Amino acid sequence: MTEPKPPARAPERMTGAQSLVRSLQRVGAEIVFGIPGGAILPAYDPLFDAEGLRHILVRHEQGAGHAATGYAQATGKVGVCIATSGPGATNLVTPIADAYMDSVPIVAITGQVGRAMIGTDAFQEADICGITMPITKHNYLVQDGADIPRVIAEAFHIAATGRPGPVLVDIPKDVLVEETDFVWPTQLELPGYRPTTKPHGKQVREAARLIAAAERPVLYVGGGVLKARAAAELRLLADLTGIPVVTTLMARGAFPDSHAHNLGMPGMHGNVTAVTAMQKADLLIALGARFDDRVTGNLDTFAPEAKVVHADVDPAEIGKNRIADVPIVGDAKAVIGELVDAVRAEYAAGHHADLAPWWEQLDQWRATYPLGYDLPEDGSLSPQYVISRIGAIAGTDAVYVAGVGQHQMWASQFVTYDKPYTWLNSGGLGTMGYAVPAAMGAKVGVPDTTVWCIDGDGCFQMTNQELATCAIEGIPVKVAVINNGNLGMVRQWQTLFYDGRYSNTGLGTRRMIPDFVKLADALGCVGLRCEKADEVDDVIAQAMAIDDRPVVIDFVVGEDAMVWPMVAAGASNDAIQHARDLRPDFDTPQAV
Amino acid sequence: MTRHTLSVLVENKPGVLARVSALFSRRGFNIDSLAVGPTENPDVSRMTIVVAVEDLPLEQVTKQLNKLVNVLKIVELDPATAVQRELLLVKVRVDAATRSQVVETAGLFRANVVDVVADAVTIECVGSPAKLAALLTNLEPHGIREMVQSGMVALGRGGRSIAGGDRLRSVS
Repeated sequence: MTEPKPPARAPERMTGAQSLVRSLQRVGAEIVFGIPGGAILPAYDPLFDAEGLRHILVRHEQGAGHAATGYAQATGKVGVCIATSGPGATNLVTPIADAYMDSVPIVAITGQVGRAMIGTDAFQEADICGITMPITKHNYLVQDGADIPRVIAEAFHIAATGRPGPVLVDIPKDVLVEETDFVWPTQLELPGYRPTTKPHGKQVREAARLIAAAERPVLYVGGGVLKARAAAELRLLADLTGIPVVTTLMARGAFPDSHAHNLGMPGMHGNVTAVTAMQKADLLIALGARFDDRVTGNLDTFAPEAKVVHADVDPAEIGKNRIADVPIVGDAKAVIGELVDAVRAEYAAGHHADLAPWWEQLDQWRATYPLGYDLPEDGSLSPQYVISRIGAIAGTDAVYVAGVGQHQMWASQFVTYDKPYTWLNSGGLGTMGYAVPAAMGAKVGVPDTTVWCIDGDGCFQMTNQELATCAIEGIPVKVAVINNGNLGMVRQWQTLFYDGRYSNTGLGTRRMIPDFVKLADALGCVGLRCEKADEVDDVIAQAMAIDDRPVVIDFVVGEDAMVWPMVAAGASNDAIQHARDLRPDFDTPQAV
Repeated sequence: MTRHTLSVLVENKPGVLARVSALFSRRGFNIDSLAVGPTENPDVSRMTIVVAVEDLPLEQVTKQLNKLVNVLKIVELDPATAVQRELLLVKVRVDAATRSQVVETAGLFRANVVDVVADAVTIECVGSPAKLAALLTNLEPHGIREMVQSGMVALGRGGRSIAGGDRLRSVS
């Protein structure tokens, strides 16, 4: 027994608010992002001088939620956000839904009107438990102050284990005010919550048998590998087998981009080789991935010849979209670890298909259809160039946080991710406005790491007020606004599918409304602007040199750049275009 | 689509019914009938849910249901090996001439008359959905004033309990 004996469980008398803060300390929370208000006010009194618990006052509750998410994604710890009842709580809905879709462990604590007022349409009352029921892993309405320690302990446990996700704890004001007993639970009693983490040995052996026999296998790696902190195990498996790896949008960094076996990102804007490798594969080994529609395109024509090994910690993901030939329920770290041993045993038994012809084919595709972009014909600054330079200059140690849209896809495509947890984005929900607050949360979590927020001018205008938080709280993030004056991805679809009728996608940011340099200045940040390719490196270097304040660079880029390759929504992945109206030719035999 | 009867053990906590029913609706399933009540264990309630779905979506909704923290166990009950019952209360129009006929019909179905007034009788009947449907067909010509029917409750035949064992597992 290395653990000290638990102290006698004599209850301590304190207020519910004190019990909440004490519970957060006991569970190991260090950072809380939030905004006070009427119903949660009692909690802010003990929070004021809570030892080891830093509260960061945000400017909008949505910022608190995304900051908690960014913090959790960068550190692997549970992120915490706190808000008052009613509008404070409903402002958390978007980040909670975002964390739910991307399986991020956060705990949201909300104040609620007093118990006697619940259900009376009281001032600032909202049924936040009802509202968040479909977007939380679990939620609690605390009815008795004595339950606070248990509920907080359970909330953190549920958020962090199994398939991670958000948990909301709603506490009525009078529960926070009244005196109660604080007793820290010695064990959790959650009879209905027992995530399966250890895979079934027989299934693992069956998967290994398929892996050893496959001639055109692909390791389809999803965000679950990062959640399970299994990048090292994945590397072992990939090196052992020599099987090509594709990393989904949520898994960028789980396997080094610079590794020769990494084919890149699959999906709607994945690269041709990654998409086509899956289409032509005879075996997909899905690890912590969920066959999302943005990856599979039209399901009926997705990877038609492939058998599927599907490993996920959430049994409901297996078979949801694509039938698995070998289902494995388990934590990716455990699954991959056991797969390595099982594949070794298959190899030792002399089963080892030759992957050389497959690699010959893949290398030919890679050589023919590399990721790339054309410089704008009008001489304007290329957004892809800007993003690739940020990646090259800030390097593979920096953390990159993207918003949603064209800049997000380019940041995924043109920055090299060699390390896990260096790429954060809103994948599932696609939340514009995610990036600035998430970057703030990430920077708080990994303060010694450079954090670049790569945002669009549309996204940036949704949540940039958190830069005031960053400036005041000493959180020096770097923001690159890829300013093309438009809601760029929507505009791209209008170009491709609506005959160039640009209905309500022009933002006016090209007319300097707002002027992002002045805005940055007003928010206590350094504002820089760059409009020419030959100034890009300099301005990035200037930003890299500033570490005492947040920096915003307004990169004024061309509006016509598009994200390629692309599989149109609902189309078959076979119909991928590597540039506009250009379909790769996979049918004509080509000299290798 | 096939009808499936799910027997679900849940923690007896506030909001559990809402969590379960909301899950069905947001995943696109219609519940044919739902009945909730206490069990031999005061901490546990039992829901009997009847849904009409194909096997594959049923597996998906069962897995999603099983992810709810308050859900302890889910078992699909096969109609061939389970006792399935509903309760029907029906108020039938009668007059002096037809009352005896209605009461006789009730008797044939082993239903009870639980209330009588000059122009109506109220009948209670417990049985399988098919039996209750047959009773209603026979009463309909007399005129049904109003009726209420419970959700189905069901229990597997034989000596075993679905709560048995120390490890709670799902069916799928």
